This record gives sequence, structure tokens and C-alpha cells, in this order.
Amino acid sequence: MNLTLKIWRQKDAKSQGKIIDYPISGVEGDMSFLEMLDVLNEELIIKGEEPVVFDHDCREGICGACSLQINGEPHGPDRLVTTCQLHMRKFNDGDTIFIEPFRAKAFPVVKDLMVDRSAFDRIQHAGGYISVNTSGNTIDANAIPVNKGDADDAFAAATCIGCGACVAACKNASAMLFTSAKVSQYALLPQGQVEATDRVLAMVNQMDEEGFGNCTNTGACEIECPKGISLENIARMNREYLKASVKG
Amino acid sequence: MGGLIKSSIARKVAMALSGLFLVFFLLQHLTINITSVFSPDIFNELSHFMGTNPIVQFALQPVLIFGVIFHFIMGFVLELKNRNARAVKYAKYSGGANSSWMSRNMILSGIVILAFLGLHFYDFWVPEIVHKYVEFTPEDPTRYYHEMLEKFVSPVRTGIYILSFVFLALHLWHGFASSFQSVGFNNKFAIGATKFAKAFAIVVPIGFVIVAIVSHLTHNH
Repeated sequence: MNLTLKIWRQKDAKSQGKIIDYPISGVEGDMSFLEMLDVLNEELIIKGEEPVVFDHDCREGICGACSLQINGEPHGPDRLVTTCQLHMRKFNDGDTIFIEPFRAKAFPVVKDLMVDRSAFDRIQHAGGYISVNTSGNTIDANAIPVNKGDADDAFAAATCIGCGACVAACKNASAMLFTSAKVSQYALLPQGQVEATDRVLAMVNQMDEEGFGNCTNTGACEIECPKGISLENIARMNREYLKASVKG
Repeated sequence: MGGLIKSSIARKVAMALSGLFLVFFLLQHLTINITSVFSPDIFNELSHFMGTNPIVQFALQPVLIFGVIFHFIMGFVLELKNRNARAVKYAKYSGGANSSWMSRNMILSGIVILAFLGLHFYDFWVPEIVHKYVEFTPEDPTRYYHEMLEKFVSPVRTGIYILSFVFLALHLWHGFASSFQSVGFNNKFAIGATKFAKAFAIVVPIGFVIVAIVSHLTHNH
């Protein structure tokens, strides 16, 4: 199929970017979106032009590296997939496709379609862990009984790959779905209880300091999340936060 | 006010609680207004009670006015902060693919409701204050029904009220149900609560529309 790509090009973090049109032909439906961009980049290199920079790594939907706002939606029009799992068969011959970086003040553009998502790392560093003594007397996690429902919910929360689609989809650029998934995966398990109070306060504080917006419950994050992280996690984080605020 | 409530979750909860308070007030307001359709006497009696009871006048009314002002100032603060969180806008943004129009345009429906409140205060609250505390007019427990009908003589004024109630419905459709999520209530019981909130968002504004239309027709016939 023949497509017109409208791609955000930006030389570096300080430069002003703009949308540039790239016609591309011979795109197969079985190509992934990133393979299609690989083909475009090959053509650009042959023509002596600068290839389009975009994030990618595992290309099997588990690393969270690929991003891209495709036709106004993070990871494109398909559901529960990352950009690397999006196939070109989802588009039609003659389509015009807008490709932009994930937009948020807390996700500054590095170059073209690549953004700096280290704000997520700093939120995680603020409390997304448990302190375990690993000096030889560690208790096997399986020795501690966990309610099946809680274990399932904790696992579901832990499937968040931190890609940032929630921020990109949210009209307010809020990071509450990501932060709540990281808070929830510990809040639901006995191992996470010891540091629960400090964790939620520190992670929410870091999230606010990074400059993400406020959640207004539009639900866009849940719809666009490639891992189907539920809004229930945000409600849980709100409860945890209120409980921690009262406790101090 | 943004400085007073620093955390994003605290702001969210404050927005939800003030909204829930206003939802409760709306129900009380409609309960009294709807009596005008069935019995002018009961409407006069209830209005007289609300207009003269010192607890309502000097305790509940200031709390209500504070609740309204807090809700809309916080709404504007949140809107500004959220706009600032995405400095460069998308060239193409498909909000309709993942969220409702109502949820994305709370500031718009909120501004329309705020403008309506200005008109509503001009129509009812200001004359009431002048009547009682400036001109010190003697109390007349039967005046309320006819005073209300007078306000709905104009079809344009009646139309503005009805349009405002439509925006109230749009605002409530997202706001009421989402307040449960904000205060951390999202479990199997929340599904029923959300359905109730959506029904409330339709029924209550329709109730106000009925009062406006009946008042308009009653006066003109």
C-alpha cells in the first residue's frame, strides 16, 4: 500500500520541531509499524537524508521502549498492543498517518520521535520497591500466604511496562495510571505493607514534582494502555494516599 | 488555593467532595422547586422556610456559596495546571477514541454553569437579599410562587435556563460518577453507584427543565 506519513522532526531537545510529509510505497500489511519506519529510514539513508529517530528495543511488546503517538492515539488505533506489535494491515492504501512523539512537559523530546521518560524512573526510585535483607536468611516469597484475588490483581498491576502511553493519551498528561500500578503491585501484597505509607507519599510527591498533570478520570489511559492496566489501580492509590496522609 | 492543596490527589479528592456536596444541594433545590408544579402553597411554604430559617440563611447558605466558589476556583486551577503539563500540543489528537466528550470538556460545561449561576443570582438571590436586608420589606409567605413565575415570562430567559440545564446534565454525567473514583471507591458496588450517578445526571436536570417550562406556560396562560 501507499501511504503519506506526517512525521514530527526535531533536531534536538532545544530546537523547534515541525511535521514533515514523507510518501512511502510498497508497505505490506504484515509489516509491523516499526518495520515500516525501518523501510522509510533505509530510503532516507540512501537519499542521504537524516533517518527518523524513534525508540525501540525488544519488538515483542514487553520492554516498553517503543512509543509513538499514531493518528492521535498512543501505540496507534489497535488495542492492547504496543507500537512494535501494531501491524500495517490496520491501515488502508492511501491513508495519511500522523506520527508524533508522546507529548508531556515531563517527557521532553530528545530528537524526532524519541522522548526522555526518565521521569518514570525517578517515580519508581522514590518508592517502587521493597527493602529485603538478602544476606542469606531471605524468606521464600511463596512461604507467605497471599489471597488469590490480591495476587492476581498485584500481578495485573505489575504487567505495566512503563511505556508512557497513559501519559500520552491523557488530555492532562497525567501519570496516575503508571504510578498507581507501581503502588498497587506492592500495596496488594504482604511484602509491600511495611513501607506502604512512605511509598505512596513519596511516589505521588515525585509524580507531582515531575510536572505531570492532574487526573480528571477521563479513562483514556486505561483504554490506550497496551497492558490493560485498570483504573481500579488509581482508586486504590487514592485510598492508599488518603490512608497514608492521615497516618502521616 | 493551589498552594493550599499541594498534592494532585488531595486536589482531586477536594474537587470530588465539593462536587458531591453540590450534587446533594441540587437534589434539595429540585425537591423544593418541583413542588411548584403540583402545589404553589407547598412551594411557598418551603421557600418561606428556606428564606427565613436562620440556620439555612446564616449557616448553610455561606457554606453553599463557599462550596460553589471553591469548586470553580479549583476547577480553573486544575485546568491551568493540566494545560501547562503539555506545553506542545499534538498535531492530531483523537480524544474521542478513548474518552467521552463530557469527560474532556468539564471546563466548558463548568463555565456555562458558572455563567448561568451569575444569571441565576441576578434573577433570584440578589433581589431576595435586597428584599430582606436592604429594603427590609415585611415578610409575605405567599410571594415566592408568583415571583418565580415572573422570572419565566420571557421565552428567551426560559430557553437560557433550559440550555444551562443541558450543560448541567453534561457536567454531572462525568463529574458525579467520577467523584466515586476520586475518593477511592471503585469496586463491585461502584458499578451500581455509577449507574445511579448517570441516572441522577439525567433526571435532576430534566426536573429543573420541567419546572422552567411549567412556570413559563403557567404564567402565559
